[in-house]
Amino acid sequence: MLTILLIATVTFFMMHAIPGGPFSRERPLPDEIIAALNEKYHLNDPILKQYFDYMVGLATFNLGPSFRRTGFEVEELILLGFPISAKIGLMAIIIIILVGIPVGIVSALRQNKPADYFVMFIATLGVTIPSFVVAALFIYIFAGVLQWVDAFGLERPSSYIGPVLALVGYSLAFVSRLTRSSMLEVMRQDYIRTARANGLSRFKVIYKHALKNALIPVVTYLGPMVAAILTGSFVVEKVFTIPGIGKYFVQSVNDRDYTMIIGSTVFFAVLYVIMVLLVDVAYSLIDPRIRLGKKSE
Amino acid sequence: MSNTILDVKNLRTTFYTHMGEVQAVRGISFEVNQGDVLGIVGESGSGKSVTAMSIMGLVDEPGRVSGGSILFMGQELTKLSDAEMNEYRGKEISMIFQDPMTSLNPVYTIGNQLIEVIRRHTDLDKDQAHARAIELLQMVGIPEPEIRIKNYPHQFSGGMRQRAMIAMAISCSPKILIADEPTTALDVTIQAQILDLMVRLKNQLHSSIILITHDLGVVSEVCNKVNVMYGGMLMEKASVFELFDSPQHPYTLGLLKSIPRDVTGERKRLVPIEGTPPDLLKPPSGCPFSPRCPYAMGICVREAAPLYTLSDTHSASCWLHHKGAPVVEGFVQVEEESVHE
Repeated sequence: MLTILLIATVTFFMMHAIPGGPFSRERPLPDEIIAALNEKYHLNDPILKQYFDYMVGLATFNLGPSFRRTGFEVEELILLGFPISAKIGLMAIIIIILVGIPVGIVSALRQNKPADYFVMFIATLGVTIPSFVVAALFIYIFAGVLQWVDAFGLERPSSYIGPVLALVGYSLAFVSRLTRSSMLEVMRQDYIRTARANGLSRFKVIYKHALKNALIPVVTYLGPMVAAILTGSFVVEKVFTIPGIGKYFVQSVNDRDYTMIIGSTVFFAVLYVIMVLLVDVAYSLIDPRIRLGKKSE
Repeated sequence: MSNTILDVKNLRTTFYTHMGEVQAVRGISFEVNQGDVLGIVGESGSGKSVTAMSIMGLVDEPGRVSGGSILFMGQELTKLSDAEMNEYRGKEISMIFQDPMTSLNPVYTIGNQLIEVIRRHTDLDKDQAHARAIELLQMVGIPEPEIRIKNYPHQFSGGMRQRAMIAMAISCSPKILIADEPTTALDVTIQAQILDLMVRLKNQLHSSIILITHDLGVVSEVCNKVNVMYGGMLMEKASVFELFDSPQHPYTLGLLKSIPRDVTGERKRLVPIEGTPPDLLKPPSGCPFSPRCPYAMGICVREAAPLYTLSDTHSASCWLHHKGAPVVEGFVQVEEESVHE
């Protein structure tokens, strides 16, 4: 709670510190109109009063009206954009977990063999190539040359392939590399030697004794990653012309759409905090040493 | 001999690294009979742990057993596949390690790990295995085993963890328990308890122990036989009495001089062995100890000495036992050479 309050506060003041306001245009609006708009949105009030008014609104889940998308409340815009981003994000996350972790394990078990080199080569590419390159290449090849999918929008199921792929790229590569290095580290531990000395099968040694330990750093990364992916990627949403929340957010910064900026920031913060909390819960399930509230004698 | 349980002959274990072949164990032979507590002593890098891992079939890449044989109750272990070896590991031959802090899996309970081993090697069902686990924890002296079985390793002290490791190792009444420096990481007061426990359980279960250590004090307390290793080779094999009363290898002599003995007696300076152990990447062609040996002769540098048999239970690999060698006080010379296996 405190974290979220702090983030909201900092965002609020930083936002007001940048030059320009919601109604600055290349072609300036008449002064009277600006004055009227400022009056309407209480922008003439002392900044502290604006701050407290906003905080009260926040506490009652009223994020205020959007300054630029007239007629829309901020929470409406978030509810409009988030499900779209989250849908694509969720697919990406499932792929990352279902592909990244097994690939990492296999690669660790074949350390320094061709399969490992191949996977790590791809993974290194995945980490270094930015998502807009993946997205642009995808559109060029599959939508442009081959015409298998639409270049933009989400009308058909096949339209999801591109955005999900572009979103998956970096994290998938990162997760498989992380799983691999973590697995290699764990396989060198004394308790793995103990398990082998006790005659346990290779399968049991790997999937019971090694994997649970190796997943600890992976889970740490997954928490914030899930939050980041669910809230959408500006780049991917822009390239594929998807009306997700990521695009709204960046646009709102450009527009100085104060309520929208702070609304999405707070929304992101809440999601992030929830994910970190979930990571902690997952930790305590995996590692008994971190179990909270229970005293170890 | 009918009661020979383990017969190691001319064992060689080599690590094929990028830098070249590291010959960690270079042709050693010894037997373990039922009831023996065999000590393997030597300094770091002498090949004692690799010997143990070779017996367990757990030498990791890039290393492997490159020669010789390991006969366990008539079965050649070096020819077995990893899966076949799993039938022996933890059941017939089990092992405990130096650091009890890291040798148990931190994310599973003691009971879980113990029951897993029991069920791996026996037909007991879940409840029976659970009961057996409690019984084992009781045997190794863990108080309130019914409660402790649900604990995680981090809730155990170092000594207790080593007890739990022992419980795991003896769970299937192994013929041989290999203990690789089992007490090095423990407090001195706990050391004696753990050693006592191991010997007591050995007698109870009619098994044998191979105790790897660099602590001659430990050897004198619990072992009946000793192998002294240096540079991947056996320097001396003897019963514990022979070794301490009349060491027949300059390296053993050096080891004995470098440990504090009479606490109450006259104050004597400890004598260190000068120099460092050999580089096993380029092992010397002669006796590995020759560069540090105060008695080294010309032949010592050129050729490793054969194992001279000095009594039924005592042999040493040193040219000083050759009948033509200069006489050194305390060293026996023998007429004929035994065959160097």
